Amino acid sequence: MNRRIAAPLISLNALIALLALTSAPAIADGPLMPLRVPPAYTQECGACHTAYPPALLPARSWQRLMGGLDKHYGTDAALDPKTLAELSGWLQQHAGTTQRVAEEPPQDRITRSAWFERKHRKVEPAVWKLPSVKSAAQCAACHRGADQGRFDDDELITPAGLSAAQRRAWND
Amino acid sequence: MTTPPRSHATRCAIALAALLAAAAPAWAGDTTPAQQLDRFNAAAGAPGQAERGRVFFGRTHGGEWSCASCHHAPPTRPGQHAGTGKALEPLAPAFNPRAFTDSAKVDKWFRRNCKDVLQRECSAAEKADVMAYLNSLK
Repeated sequence: MNRRIAAPLISLNALIALLALTSAPAIADGPLMPLRVPPAYTQECGACHTAYPPALLPARSWQRLMGGLDKHYGTDAALDPKTLAELSGWLQQHAGTTQRVAEEPPQDRITRSAWFERKHRKVEPAVWKLPSVKSAAQCAACHRGADQGRFDDDELITPAGLSAAQRRAWND
Repeated sequence: MTTPPRSHATRCAIALAALLAAAAPAWAGDTTPAQQLDRFNAAAGAPGQAERGRVFFGRTHGGEWSCASCHHAPPTRPGQHAGTGKALEPLAPAFNPRAFTDSAKVDKWFRRNCKDVLQRECSAAEKADVMAYLNSLK
């Protein structure tokens, strides 16, 4: 009798633990994505590029980006006012505050940040141009967990199309 | 290879998580690709022509990109954003059950992508042609 009642309770706990594990809040070297991600962020921003963790840009950069979505790096990414307000607020709330991210990168591009360039300095120019990579904005070509905000080295994958020499250099 | 036995609790949790995951994408959906074609045909005042849509889809219109730059031609396999490299689901409805099932999304992406390719919004007749083309792909 007791077992029958206990089983669903344990299940619920297990489920909560499971959910907590898959969406842990930002901690050092852990997932960078906030616990709560507005569905509109994934749908609107994430349709064309990686759903970048807000912590990768300072608040001022996000503010400028969200204020000029009709001219968003050559494309019209305008949002309706309600979605714009929701996503702007969320980005401001979770914008990067660490010293590394404090500096506003040129053109407010994450990929032009000093820390980004330093971390990727050993990646050959030819690797960025692989069809499977195409641009530095496509984090998921190498960072398997990018869309969930996970960028740890132990989750790195080799982008498709590396030559044998590039593969050797990559594994170094 | 043998799988380790799972406790009842774990199995329940997995089943419930799977259920939640399966239910999530079912929210959208107020229209069908056929209804979208009807809508654009009515707005254009003439039925869209698949062959005209195919040609329109595959060529650039004075700019750098065509529709096919991201969606490929025919768009029956996953696409890739020409700028960012982001993977895109196939556009042809027969190859992607979620395509053209949300009229607000249809309008938004026609507006945005036509501006990227033609530097203007597409006319109803152009949308009718493209829609007829996409619906013809099997």
